[in-house]
Amino acid sequence: MNAGRKTMKRALVGALGMATLLLTGCGAEGPRSTGVYLLVDTSGTYNVEVRKAEQIIRFVLGKMQPSDSFAVARIDTASFTERNIIAKATFDDRPSTVNQQKRSFAGRVDQFVESSYASPYTDITGGMLQAIEFLNEKGSGRKEILIFSDMKEDLAQGYVRNIPLDLKGFEVVALNVTKLRSDNVDPREYLNRLDAWRSRVERGGGRFRVINDLEQLDSLL
Amino acid sequence: MSITKLLSITPWPVVSAFLWAVLIIGALYLARRTAHHAIHDAMATLSRGLRLAAQAVSNGQLRLAARNREVLLQSGREAKERVIEREFTRVAESVRKDLANYPGLHRALSESITRIDEDHRNAVEVPPAVPGWVDAVEAVSKIDTRNTGAEIMGQIHKALVKSNEEALDEYRKSSGERHALLRRMMPEWRLVQETLGNVGKTVESVLTRAVGIDRHMQQYEDIVKGEDRAVSVLSSSSLVHFFVSALVLIVAAGGSAVNFTLIARPMAEMVGGTNFIGGFRTADIAALVIIMVEISMGLFLMESMRITRLFPVIGALPDKLRVRMIWVSFSILLLMASVEAGLAYMREILLQDELATNALLRGGEDSAAAAVSGHLWITTAAQMGMGFILPFALTFVAIPLETFVHSLRTVVGLFGIGILRSVALVLRVTSGGARHLGALFQRLYDLPLFLPLWVENRLAAARAADHAELEADLRAQMEVADVKAPYVETEAPESHAEPEREPRRAGGRGGRS
Repeated sequence: MNAGRKTMKRALVGALGMATLLLTGCGAEGPRSTGVYLLVDTSGTYNVEVRKAEQIIRFVLGKMQPSDSFAVARIDTASFTERNIIAKATFDDRPSTVNQQKRSFAGRVDQFVESSYASPYTDITGGMLQAIEFLNEKGSGRKEILIFSDMKEDLAQGYVRNIPLDLKGFEVVALNVTKLRSDNVDPREYLNRLDAWRSRVERGGGRFRVINDLEQLDSLL
Repeated sequence: MSITKLLSITPWPVVSAFLWAVLIIGALYLARRTAHHAIHDAMATLSRGLRLAAQAVSNGQLRLAARNREVLLQSGREAKERVIEREFTRVAESVRKDLANYPGLHRALSESITRIDEDHRNAVEVPPAVPGWVDAVEAVSKIDTRNTGAEIMGQIHKALVKSNEEALDEYRKSSGERHALLRRMMPEWRLVQETLGNVGKTVESVLTRAVGIDRHMQQYEDIVKGEDRAVSVLSSSSLVHFFVSALVLIVAAGGSAVNFTLIARPMAEMVGGTNFIGGFRTADIAALVIIMVEISMGLFLMESMRITRLFPVIGALPDKLRVRMIWVSFSILLLMASVEAGLAYMREILLQDELATNALLRGGEDSAAAAVSGHLWITTAAQMGMGFILPFALTFVAIPLETFVHSLRTVVGLFGIGILRSVALVLRVTSGGARHLGALFQRLYDLPLFLPLWVENRLAAARAADHAELEADLRAQMEVADVKAPYVETEAPESHAEPEREPRRAGGRGGRS
């Protein structure tokens, strides 16, 4: 009987050890989810590009996995506000629910595209600040800010956006950065604009890249 | 100290270099004997150490070979015992089935034979009685009674004809009865022939099995005696079993992988798709656990049915408990198979849902509708069928697994013997190489000393020549030319002396007594 009890005790200790090891292993792993915040520029003439933005949103939705977070917000005169968020979702960890969420998300984006209007100013920094806040709150392992814009910031009078961005662990991807008429006159403007954003993101600890060819979206996520 | 400094001991670097060379060569020449001894001792020690290591490895290899042989014979004995046991069981079954009713058969045969005998006796033809009144007719004919005799004769003739007819009828009747009896004997003969044929077949089958048992017993005796032939046969069959079972296990692993694919995705619906345990998705682990449980249940089922003998405890259980265990493990297996079929169905639904969502995201509602095909039920049914059948198919993994486990011991042993033999060979070769390297290092040491050694040789040769001359003179004076022992002792030139070879140890591998 004693031998049996000893064996049982050993088995119990072994099982507890294994469980502890497994749980410790779980704890050691960081979050594996991805958080994506897509900013869609609706200012001025760029508003006509919003159909392209819809394609990107659908593409990103297709790539989203259970537990990932995705939000789409518009860039207008004042972008640092939750009201600018068009659709957001943190996907469930059950695949069937994820599919339903994706369909619902796509529906809301459709509505936005149909009713999108042009804004007089472009507050990209405000949108980025909102994105940083959102993604930090979600605690995703991988944080991506996608900016669908020409990257030309045009602030209304009185808006202070000269703020350093804390982008540690973020990747900022500028999508479909179209050339303005003035860029065609002096291409240095376009290059300088991109360089300025690059240096600003990298100063904040993030990584910056540009994808202009929307056929190459496979490298996005 | 740099080379420049070394070359600046005199104002002329060449002279400095020459001086250094002289000094170094001189030092090396003076230390030559000690250096040779040091090189020789170091290499001899290394060689001895390596030889000892080779000896130890060889001993280990021999011990492993003996152990492997023991394991091989033991497993061969067990396997042969099982075969013989089965043969005996078959013989017993055959005897029980075919020869158990032998007394009844014997009685039936005896009865048949008695009946045949009686029929045969009854069928014997009885010769018709000799007509006794012929003599009476003759006697009556001799009586002189005139016309009365003719009348009597006429009466007798009538009676004779009548009795003849009656006798003929009687004879025909009895012949008919005899033929009927003989006809009745035919089926009895056939029955006897058939019965004896059946008995013959049974006896023949028992005899054939007895020959097989004799053969197995002979092999068993060889194994028990531990004969080399038996070990060789067992070793080769063990290798064959190992490779064949490994092949089947690989196929089973493929089946498990397919099974895993079928249930891993729907498992995410139950345990969540984003939970991880130690770097692995919980859904994947859950799917794997289900497959492992199925394989375990298959093992228990096979064990309970006494098809495999991996767990002696199960085999030794009382029959009642064992049968219960068969039903329990089969029920769990059936339940698991049903769950898998359900999961496979769920997988198809999820897949379709995902395809429809992706199609919607790619190109709107139309393409989403187009993505749904009318023949999807075929794949759904196929997946469900596979999900239900694969767990039962995996049950049979127990058989190759048992063979693999048993043959693995022998194969690993053979592999270990091969490795140890190779290591021993390498050590022996290195040991010999170390000894020769010692000689090579001594020669290399002597290489820069070629000049002083040449001078030394010349001096030694001149001294030897002087001594030879003196010896010849002395012999000539004393006229004792045939004496072999020298009168003048000379020193042999040292540079030609071979380093003493280490004496071989008797008893060691490769040693000569």
